[in-house]
Amino acid sequence: MSEKKRVDEPTGTETVGHEWDGIEELDTPMPRWWLMTLYATIVWAIGYVILYPAIPMLNSASEGLLGWSSRGDYAMQVAERQKQLEPVRLALVSQDIEAIGNDPQLLQQAIEGGRSAFKVHCVQCHGSGAAGSKGYPNLNDDDWLWGGDLTAIEYTLIHGIRNPDHDKTRFSQMPAFGKDGILQSNEIQDLVSYVRLLSGREKQSAAARRGAALFETNCAVCHGPDGKGDRVQGAPNLTDAISLYGLDRATLTETITNARYGVMPRWGQRLDPATIRMLAAYVHSLGGGEKAPVAEPAVEAKVESGEDEQS
Amino acid sequence: MSNPKEILDPELKLYEARKNVYPKAVDGTFRRLKWVIMAITLAIYYVTPWIRWDRGPYAPNQAVLVDLANRRFFMFGIEIWPHEFYFVAGMLVMAGIGLFLVTSAVGRAWCGYSCPQTVWTDLFQHVERAIDGDRNAQFRLQDAPWGPKKIGKRLLKWSVWLFIGFWTGGAWIMYFADAPTLVVDFWTGQAAFVAYATVGVLTITTFIFGGFMREQVCIYMCPWPRIQTAMMDEKSLTVTYKDWRGEPRGSVKKAEAQPGSFGDCIDCNQCVSVCPTGIDIREGPQIGCITCALCIDACDKVMDQIGRPRGLIDYATLEDAELEKAGKPHAPILKTLFRPRTILYSTIWGTIGLAMLFAVGNRTRIDISANHDRNPVYVQLADGHVRNSYTINLRNMENRPRDMIIGMTKLNGAVMWSNAGSRETAGQTLVTKVPADSIARLRLYVAAPSAGPVREEFALTVTAADDAEAKDIDEVFFERPETGE
Repeated sequence: MSEKKRVDEPTGTETVGHEWDGIEELDTPMPRWWLMTLYATIVWAIGYVILYPAIPMLNSASEGLLGWSSRGDYAMQVAERQKQLEPVRLALVSQDIEAIGNDPQLLQQAIEGGRSAFKVHCVQCHGSGAAGSKGYPNLNDDDWLWGGDLTAIEYTLIHGIRNPDHDKTRFSQMPAFGKDGILQSNEIQDLVSYVRLLSGREKQSAAARRGAALFETNCAVCHGPDGKGDRVQGAPNLTDAISLYGLDRATLTETITNARYGVMPRWGQRLDPATIRMLAAYVHSLGGGEKAPVAEPAVEAKVESGEDEQS
Repeated sequence: MSNPKEILDPELKLYEARKNVYPKAVDGTFRRLKWVIMAITLAIYYVTPWIRWDRGPYAPNQAVLVDLANRRFFMFGIEIWPHEFYFVAGMLVMAGIGLFLVTSAVGRAWCGYSCPQTVWTDLFQHVERAIDGDRNAQFRLQDAPWGPKKIGKRLLKWSVWLFIGFWTGGAWIMYFADAPTLVVDFWTGQAAFVAYATVGVLTITTFIFGGFMREQVCIYMCPWPRIQTAMMDEKSLTVTYKDWRGEPRGSVKKAEAQPGSFGDCIDCNQCVSVCPTGIDIREGPQIGCITCALCIDACDKVMDQIGRPRGLIDYATLEDAELEKAGKPHAPILKTLFRPRTILYSTIWGTIGLAMLFAVGNRTRIDISANHDRNPVYVQLADGHVRNSYTINLRNMENRPRDMIIGMTKLNGAVMWSNAGSRETAGQTLVTKVPADSIARLRLYVAAPSAGPVREEFALTVTAADDAEAKDIDEVFFERPETGE
């Protein structure tokens, strides 16, 4: 860039001093408005750096005079929203859970709140559509292990299922008939035939007839003489079309041999009562929700006494 | 090649600076027509939101209302929902073709008489003349130094303009809310921010467009003059200076001194003085001419005074102008008006109008929209049946609450119930109440025996309980597990 800068005659403007193939560039000054904008942004930037977190330090950025942070901002917004929801939460916990349905708006709020809480806490096992999978119940259907009315669902949510460190948890344990040597493997095959007969998956056979006798002595105490199950103990109904683990021969053989021990956390220690009621309302709304039976309190009492027998 | 120095001559600008236009007051046939049209258009604009229209207890009683908050458009007996926006699109298409029709028949009549820019500019110019005086006084005032008198007159004029601008914006917002309520809310400070913002913006734009930009909007900003220039043909009416009759120009005295050597134009410049866009019509048709015909009024008046026949400047088609120049009679007016182009435009315009009227008359005021829930796709029930669920939107477009019957077609052994009921009360149909002028959403459960195709098509129907003719149908499907295990 040794060329000499010269003044362009027609415009009176200096050139930048370069020349390529006879083409020169005028060193026209930046327009004033452009420079003013630049200076304004510089002033703005200085103010911003002082007021807001900006300069990277070893552990975090400089704090800024305003003390603003994106986390703090987020926490504030969450707190604000929580405050708005406070009346709904209060209304949910201040009345009997079965009475929530009397207020359609409150019920709808509870269901929507439950829908979002479900997506955080429950989808890991029950799936995003609450359809469950093998070993994890489908909450959309009309078959319930421990009861499908609002009160029963709330109880299950609060106390969980088979939490060994909790007295009020839903508890029952099926014996491992094969592993513990209660039944021989041919007897188990007979039982499998009978259980499949109960739900219409197999036809009557000699094996099933032998299985019926075994069922009466070994299984009827929990599953009932006709195999219709018992919600007090969470014993599944073996005569319907729904099963938690499957009713094919291999799965049934495994179930009877080793037993099953499905566990659900007790949410009473992790979630507040209002959220639990929202979850109960949501699960109840999925299509299989039942009305509260008249003798509901008695069932709860039985659960506790049943637990005592087992502990 | 131009000399670079010439291009860079500081006296030479890259664009032409605006010359202020101070049109002279004029009276005549077309001026009076303009008065009438201005009165009618302004009356329509200001009065329309105040017309009441009884729609019963569930809908607003304002005849014309764009209810953005509730997404409804009311126009007298017609109510349009957002999904029927094609009616609005159809009206816009009709407006466009209507402009084609008007342009091909009578040229830029829209520009000259009924365009809001023309009407408001005209209004502002009347105000200007009332305060500053006529054309010559306005020129003097423009050149006068800024003194108390000039400042006073300018402030007065601008205040009146701002006042008109304010009422322009004030009337506009009345179309978007119940007018009487909005007036009270507006003046008590309770109206929405957007109402004040709209009035503010329209006040300023009216002030600037009507007071200062005026003909520049027509010449530089508006696309319509350009489109119209392409749309006009030799049979479109336009304001024409009959140069074969007017040229060469000469004063009355000169014409008396040398009879026969001058035309009818006495070069009095009256046509230029009255022109609201500041052009000289004698230079021929041009983009700046909005065909307001005020120059015709001015010229006719002069012709009357000097005892020459009227119509030196007149509405004429290009074809007629050529005929007249050749000394032949004009083409018959009916033949000019009813030519293939205008007939085609009228046919298209009328067809769209009739089709829309037919569609409005026949549209269903009831609607069902069913969505199959995908997660889960189906639910196995304890008794061996399979349940599918659907999210149903029922649309009641009548201004009264309606009982609606949901039904279904050809799904063997199926029953339905909603989230309000239960399977015990399920049946082949379901009755639900839908509030007036709104959409009801409900979750519908359908249970059917598990034996059947994996995916079975069927349809959900809705019928109004009070009118068996009002019904709608939506195709859905029913899914079952792959194999009954």
